[in-house]
Amino acid sequence: MRGEPVAVVGIGQTKHVSARHDVSIAGLVREAARRALDDAELDWADIDAVVIGKAPDFFEGVMMPELYLADALGAVGKPLLRVHTAGSVGGSTALVAANLVAARVHGIVLTLAFEKQSESNAMWGLSLPIPFQQPLLAGAGGFFAPHIRAYMRRTGAPDTIGSLVAYKDRRNALKNPCAHLHEKDITLEKVQSSPMLWDPIRYSETCPSSDGACAMVLTGEAGAARSPHPPAWVHGGAMRSEPTMFAGKDYVSPRAGRDCAADVYRQAGVTDPRREIDAVEMYVPFSWYEPMWLENLGFAAEGEGWKLTESGVTELDGDLPVNPSGGVLSANPIGASGMIRFAEAALQVRGRAGEHQVDGARRALGHAYGGGAQFFSMWLVGSERPVG
Amino acid sequence: MPEVLSAPLVVEFPFTRSLGPVQSAFLTGLRERTLLGVRASDGRILMPPVEYDPVTAEELRDLVEVAGTGTVTTWAWNPHPRPGQPLTAPFAWVLVRLDGADTALLHALDARGPEEVSSGTRVRVRWAAERRGAITDIVCFERLDEGGRPDGHADSQGKKSRQSDNRPERPRATTPHTGRFDGDPVTGIVTAARLDYTYTSGRAQSRFLTALTGRRIIGERCPDCRKTYVPPRGACPTCGVATDEQVEVGPRGTVTTYCVVNVKARNLDIEVPYVYAHIALDGADLGLHARIGGIPYDQVRMGLRVEAVWVDDDRLAPTLASVDHFRPTGEPDADYDTYKELL
Repeated sequence: MRGEPVAVVGIGQTKHVSARHDVSIAGLVREAARRALDDAELDWADIDAVVIGKAPDFFEGVMMPELYLADALGAVGKPLLRVHTAGSVGGSTALVAANLVAARVHGIVLTLAFEKQSESNAMWGLSLPIPFQQPLLAGAGGFFAPHIRAYMRRTGAPDTIGSLVAYKDRRNALKNPCAHLHEKDITLEKVQSSPMLWDPIRYSETCPSSDGACAMVLTGEAGAARSPHPPAWVHGGAMRSEPTMFAGKDYVSPRAGRDCAADVYRQAGVTDPRREIDAVEMYVPFSWYEPMWLENLGFAAEGEGWKLTESGVTELDGDLPVNPSGGVLSANPIGASGMIRFAEAALQVRGRAGEHQVDGARRALGHAYGGGAQFFSMWLVGSERPVG
Repeated sequence: MPEVLSAPLVVEFPFTRSLGPVQSAFLTGLRERTLLGVRASDGRILMPPVEYDPVTAEELRDLVEVAGTGTVTTWAWNPHPRPGQPLTAPFAWVLVRLDGADTALLHALDARGPEEVSSGTRVRVRWAAERRGAITDIVCFERLDEGGRPDGHADSQGKKSRQSDNRPERPRATTPHTGRFDGDPVTGIVTAARLDYTYTSGRAQSRFLTALTGRRIIGERCPDCRKTYVPPRGACPTCGVATDEQVEVGPRGTVTTYCVVNVKARNLDIEVPYVYAHIALDGADLGLHARIGGIPYDQVRMGLRVEAVWVDDDRLAPTLASVDHFRPTGEPDADYDTYKELL
């Protein structure tokens, strides 16, 4: 990123759960925002602008959250923007906020993403009764499962890889107090014997349905100097889009994802992501997407991603920990999930990830995707201020 | 050129809303015929109440009871009420500042005509006989005459106002309230949303759909990249140019990839398990999504050669449902190299 160096000085999340019946949507976002402000030791009056994101409207039936949430987010008298890029929205929302700081439009920006899946039904939201079509999908799993099969065919990955990812992420989640799923008695056998929903995707290899919110406070160099805790510096950030379907689309490794990662690495001066990046928070709603994204993001050569998973490289104590937080597989408030990836990457380089801290993490990647693998957003954050 | 097809699309869902502490107290209060506002940081009483201060963003929790009488601050006459609106006969939308409150509440005012309404009109709440903790527990507002009495004219249903007991109601001071009432609090509501759209399929898709009624599958080829799109969209998403050259594709094709669906979706009447597959029809450059039949689900494989099975003549219609499913042709499986670019 060019212009003003951008620092993450505040991070807040709710404890993600299946249903927060005790709070309104305003109360939910407020909780995350307040925690981010407390982390930064700032108050509402210190914020110059607010940028929010949420899942597609039908997912919870709130069409214009920016109207309804202005009071709760202290946005009265300030610019309030909303970003909308399906499941990647949490990531692209953070990047819009970062760009406002980098461009020196605003000094301190609060960015936030949320979802209350309990107030609607995402499977319904994804299967509107469009005339002349034949509904067949039965949810996002039905959409992504054929692409996972294609990955398995293309790479010759053994059937067990998906369950290894799920087993790892659920164990990581036990160290993350904000994670939705805390399956204390999880075993690999339990994952492997869970029901097959959309063959080859098993129940335990899918994400839960969660209520939750995530917020961050972004600022420039002067703000970072006043930060009570070490900031995370944004070394690179990018977004890319492509159609959901087109002739020649690589569904296993979409070009928009590859290009987005390459842009981020170029900005950050990273030439060997596998060696130069210490932790990755990637958007893995179905466990097989870990090896798929490892290849798409340049951490492994084509066809080799599953080998990193199989050999334990992506474990919390591995050489390239992936989703130390437990990932989307352990908490999925869809609208917030992308921002949680970005925030968790920042927590790692700030050394504030608690029990799921990766020792000595200095550079971490946050990644989100959305739509039918259509939107990609990523940032690379570091413990050191970027040079130049 | 076939006519462009269109059909109704109804999007309907009962969204739920968790209320949080302030809205919960407000709606529970309505059930108990108690009107609760909230005190803002600057001392104003906000009615209806909000959770967070609109000026300072502070959390607001000091509930206060305000009166059931108030003053119209502004209004608009609604000559043609729609289904679901508070009253069936013409009425006024009003903003009412209840006595003791500093902000105004939006509701309906029962009046015979716009000449009966003005900014400054004194009004009172008309409560519903049965209340459940919703804004509709207030049926509407009704006018008070100059002595502070309801004027008692017939309401929109032709009945005398239920609450018109002719006792003068005077403004009273606001009193603090805990927000707690006998009985369970109202903690959530269901807001049934319904959107009525007319879906229009466009020219390219209409050609495709109309061809299905003749058991033909029509794609469209991009003049630049020469890729054939099925279903066609009228333009190539890669080249950004119109695709007006129609190409018949299929009816045979190759299963490029698939999944076995074991999840019964509530809006689908397909028996599970079934195979949901991407099928590269012969001559097409991307997969059509369809169900595979005529073979046990666990014997479906990538590369399987299949063909369309059409519904009976009397069920043929301009919809993808005219292809009931695809079944094996019995040909040898396609070589992986012939379809790997379509994955």
